[in-house]
Amino acid sequence: MASDDEIFEKVREALVDALGVDDDEVLPGATLQGDLDAESIDFLDIVFRLEKAFDIKIERGELFPEDILTDTEFVQDGKVNEAGIAKLRERMPFADLTKFEAEPVVQNLGQQLTVQDMCKFVAHKLAA
Amino acid sequence: MRWFWIDRFTEFVSGSHAVAVKGVSLSEDHLHDHFVGYPVMPNSLVVEGMAQSGGLLVSEQYGFGELVVLGKLAKVKFHSCVRPGETLTYRVRVDTIRNDGAAVSATAHVGERLHAESLLFFARLGDANEALQGERLFRPRDLQHWLSLVGIFEVGVHQDGRRLKEADYPLEECPANA
Repeated sequence: MASDDEIFEKVREALVDALGVDDDEVLPGATLQGDLDAESIDFLDIVFRLEKAFDIKIERGELFPEDILTDTEFVQDGKVNEAGIAKLRERMPFADLTKFEAEPVVQNLGQQLTVQDMCKFVAHKLAA
Repeated sequence: MRWFWIDRFTEFVSGSHAVAVKGVSLSEDHLHDHFVGYPVMPNSLVVEGMAQSGGLLVSEQYGFGELVVLGKLAKVKFHSCVRPGETLTYRVRVDTIRNDGAAVSATAHVGERLHAESLLFFARLGDANEALQGERLFRPRDLQHWLSLVGIFEVGVHQDGRRLKEADYPLEECPANA
């Protein structure tokens, strides 16, 4: 099992290569979209790199559950409802959703995903 | 201007790799502006050639039935200049493919000379895009014409060596575009 440091190093390498950012910009608290300027196509790039680096398989929607965010059962007026939040917690046990829950506007979820969340996601996958 | 930046495939192995060629000629208008007195094949169009080669390789995996777009150039390097009279050979290989997109490695050579290398990402837009845009972004008939022009069904094979058959890819014209 890889240590947290080993996971962070590999995640950092994937993000540096996929996003063209410097090593020192990839800090645990950095947000992917806000701080590192990741766009939607970059997530595909990142996912492919993580799959290769950790020899894991990441299904569509696993890292970022876009299906929940576009489901009218879980989203009303651009905000995720309680059932949606519960579903997100279930699907994203690796992410800290506290900040998102305070203002569950759909667009905020991607904005708040951090490097640390990404590391926890990988650790979660490796432990599965 | 017609947007064909490969002349023909010489090899096409489903889900694996392909080789396409493009002859660069002074009869191409754009070379007379790029640059006046010193015609050089624009590298942006070399990228387009690699993207068209890779895009069709990826699109075949989705039965040629859906729009696949170049989403990102994760890496691209150029090493030389390509002059009229030279022939570009594009080699593309599928690195990863899944239901929402694909990564393709590509090179462009002139003879033995490496001219360009790149890593391309393609996104599959699928039905969601059609619903969003309200119309198809390409006509199946045009795609069929293109596949025929570049000789995919003349050289294309499955990985077990069986020939790709045009009849296996029913590109039906939808009523709105007929």
